[in-house]
Amino acid sequence: MNSLERLIYMANQIARNLATQGPDEAAHATADHILRYWDPRMKAMILAYDGDALDAIARAAIEQIRQPA
Amino acid sequence: MTYTRQADFGTPASNAEQTVTLSIDGRAITVPAGTSVMRAAAENGTDIPKLCATDSLESFGSCRLCLVEIDGARGTPASCTTPVAEGMVVHTHTPRLQQLRKGVMELYLSDHPADCPDCTTGECEIRGQAQAAGVDTVRYGPGADHLEVPLDCTNPYFDFNPAACIVCSRCVRACDEVQGTFALTIEGRGFKSKVSAGTADDDFLSSECVSCGACVQACPTGALQEKAVAEIGAPDRSAITTCAYCGVGCTFRAEMKGDQLVRMVPWKEGKANRGHSCVKGRFAWGYATHRERILNPMIRESIDQPWREVSWEEAFAYAASELKRIQTQYGRLSIGGITSSRCTNEETFLVQKLVRQGFGNNNVDTCARVCHSPTGYGLKTTFGTSAGTQDFDSVEHADVMLVIGANPTDGHPVFASRMKQRLRAKNGQAGAKLIVIDPRRIDMVHSPHIEAAHHLPLRPGTNVAVLTAMAHVIVTEGLADEAFIRERCDWDEYQDWADFVSRPQHSPEFLAPVTGVDPAELRDAARLYATGGNAAIYYGLGVTEHSQGSSTVMAIANLAMATGNIGRPGVGVNPLRGQNNVQGACDMGSFPHELSGYRHISDAETRRLFEQDWGVHLDSEPGLRIPNMLDAAVDGVFKAIYIQGEDILQSDPNTSHVAAGLSAMECVIVHDLFLNETANYAHIFLPGSTFLEKDGTFTNAERRIQPVRKVMEPLNGLADWEVTQELARALDLDWNYAHPSEIMDEIARLTPTFAGVSFARLDELGSIQWPANDAAPKGTPVMHIDGFVRGLGKFVVTDYVPTDEKTGPRFPLLLTTGRILSHYNVGAQTRRTANTAWHPEDRLEIHPQDAEDRGVRDGDWVRLASRSGETTLRALITDRVAPGVVYTTFHHPATQANVVTTDYSDWATNCPEYKVTAVQVIPSNGPTDWQEDYEALSERSRRIAGAEAAE
Repeated sequence: MNSLERLIYMANQIARNLATQGPDEAAHATADHILRYWDPRMKAMILAYDGDALDAIARAAIEQIRQPA
Repeated sequence: MTYTRQADFGTPASNAEQTVTLSIDGRAITVPAGTSVMRAAAENGTDIPKLCATDSLESFGSCRLCLVEIDGARGTPASCTTPVAEGMVVHTHTPRLQQLRKGVMELYLSDHPADCPDCTTGECEIRGQAQAAGVDTVRYGPGADHLEVPLDCTNPYFDFNPAACIVCSRCVRACDEVQGTFALTIEGRGFKSKVSAGTADDDFLSSECVSCGACVQACPTGALQEKAVAEIGAPDRSAITTCAYCGVGCTFRAEMKGDQLVRMVPWKEGKANRGHSCVKGRFAWGYATHRERILNPMIRESIDQPWREVSWEEAFAYAASELKRIQTQYGRLSIGGITSSRCTNEETFLVQKLVRQGFGNNNVDTCARVCHSPTGYGLKTTFGTSAGTQDFDSVEHADVMLVIGANPTDGHPVFASRMKQRLRAKNGQAGAKLIVIDPRRIDMVHSPHIEAAHHLPLRPGTNVAVLTAMAHVIVTEGLADEAFIRERCDWDEYQDWADFVSRPQHSPEFLAPVTGVDPAELRDAARLYATGGNAAIYYGLGVTEHSQGSSTVMAIANLAMATGNIGRPGVGVNPLRGQNNVQGACDMGSFPHELSGYRHISDAETRRLFEQDWGVHLDSEPGLRIPNMLDAAVDGVFKAIYIQGEDILQSDPNTSHVAAGLSAMECVIVHDLFLNETANYAHIFLPGSTFLEKDGTFTNAERRIQPVRKVMEPLNGLADWEVTQELARALDLDWNYAHPSEIMDEIARLTPTFAGVSFARLDELGSIQWPANDAAPKGTPVMHIDGFVRGLGKFVVTDYVPTDEKTGPRFPLLLTTGRILSHYNVGAQTRRTANTAWHPEDRLEIHPQDAEDRGVRDGDWVRLASRSGETTLRALITDRVAPGVVYTTFHHPATQANVVTTDYSDWATNCPEYKVTAVQVIPSNGPTDWQEDYEALSERSRRIAGAEAAE
């Protein structure tokens, strides 16, 4: 697993563990988690990623970080 | 402090509130009801002669020396077994008593070596007690005696000399009552009575003895004595300090002769250990002066060169120039540091300060990343504080103990003994009930006079499923404490959680195929936890080191809140911390996202406090965690690291990935006692100092801040805090700490939960449990008493998400890892002591069925392979593990169990999933290629120019 693959895996894993909160809340919580615990380069790498390996909640979370409400 | 023996009051203190007044030798004395006459006298300065009594043990009444006269009572009762009574009139020294004691004492002396060297030094109480009894001559001539019985010298740390033994049973009772191992007994009757370590064939080493030292501590003569006392001589000075092994944090008295440590003696006033010890803390300190310890700084330009010894000045100058060069070339974020859970709070605080203030980033992490980071996350989220809720004394009030993912007899032996004391019935009080949730049948499940009410041998990786099933039982059977929840927790969140756990798919029956746990047994366990009185949860790394480590911690917190088991003695959520100062390292701001006292780096108010004190701007973005550092290193953007007292190559998962990360760095600075495995990849080695060589504090698993006191000069010249300070000064930081107490003052100034902590205060109180501030000047033994720190307790829905580490045809078994009593973590310390007598190598525990399927016999070499790598070690066939599960320890670098573990980690904290690895086991002829290559690398990279190889 290279670094980007690992970050995608981590984002999906966070999302999967928060999924019981429902899609909107889970996406919000995933975004919050990434903002609070990832270093700037990790954030930049996941934000620059536009492939389809992210699950729906993780994708929504990344989208929220890109465009804060 | 000069050397005197700690006072011995003969029998344990009574904790009764009611008092009794009596007269002893004409003086009116008031003591708690239930106190013995012996103790009442001793507490008031009258020592009644005694041999079989000591205040760590229940009274026994066998030596007949402590006889007293009591007005109105018949005969001469033993003062140790006679409780005080209102109006009692006691005489401790009369001609009649003198006569009786003289007769008894003469018999003892007639069978005691006339030249007993320990009588001279006071180590043996016989001569002293004889003097107290007024005996100076013995009327009996030579006759049958025990003076020629050979010594048992098999234990590496103490000898048993039957000639000096008076068969008072103190050792046997200490083994039973204090340690709870029941290894010793009195064999034979009458004149033939003798202390035995088990069967006739057993000696102390081959027996069940765990070498905790309780018997040595209890022995009134020199019969059981440390070898070091014979070798070095009796101590002449001492200091009270804190053990540097596990998170129990035992208080010891380091007893010295000149500059030599003679022995470590457990201190009765130590609030964590209450006078008890284990084989590591009491005996395994020889590593401090081991010949392999590195005492001079060393550098090399590349790791294929031999090391070159240099002066401290050159080492600091070179390190500073490399760090500056790398930051200039690769950017501010290209370097970082790792603080150590083995170093003091003050040292840890300085390393994170060096990174934040000196490196200008937040790339600091600590070894808690790989053990208890999920505890911090989980308990902060649910309760509001990243720490356990109780003190250790709390266990005395527990009615039910739930032990999950912990092996206390091996990992936290002294606390295990305290648990066992409460689990055994005592003085007519029923023992507490025990629930064990663990894939292995750990010793607590079934050991002498201990039998778990329920053992749930779950499949590794299914903690959340098991705890959710327990919650299902509690909620659906109406066992939740709704009054507590309504008052103390967020009711809406509770209802969401209760709805979730009540779903049919969370019932024990539905989940049984996943967890492997008998649903009826699980239901009974849940009912016992919810309704058995005060219920306390104790957990360890079997909870945290999973891909759902944080979820499991929160699931535990949910159970405690749902049953109202929070906020008073006897209950709570108690993480058993691994290393001596893992709690402290976390408290000190070692994590990349938070400053000391668990305040997030993004909080502008907190940052401003530190910025004003340190005179720098702090980065508001979190830094890299250890696994992220290694990934960034492999990517070529993280280039230098300062590692204090941690051996990430051996302790962190997926060794080849760690090696790749370290190899990719241009400057690895290792600050340690020994050329550890990580040092194979280092460019600068800064020699470290031991806990005996510096002042500071450690914080144990109960949030107890305890003093560490310097008893000898650092062999390497500098204490660890001085090394970090000099490195900081070489990087142009204006640090001028003259003593660690000044560092603690800074911590207290910047951390509200530590506001009331200072070295002076610690000297005064002995220890302090944080939070300690104006609201709690003496500290906080039990947290969340009137409300949770976060306000309302938070129920978090924890959904069971199976790990992605799956068994399959190629890797059909599940490997889980752990440790063993005699060794500590990567073994760097304990492997350099005689503890190797008990555990010379890592072994692979495998169930007889799995072994037979593979043609593996006990003791055979086997190859243990996973998707990450493979290693070889010898098999140990045992039904302690379930079929399908294998287990090993990671104490020996030759085995490198972490070559096999994977990159999977906790979703919230990246704490590695050490406890679940899919593996295959096949018979093997010898070491793997990795082991052979690694051994060659180790040999090559440990060369020191002009000196012989260190190993």
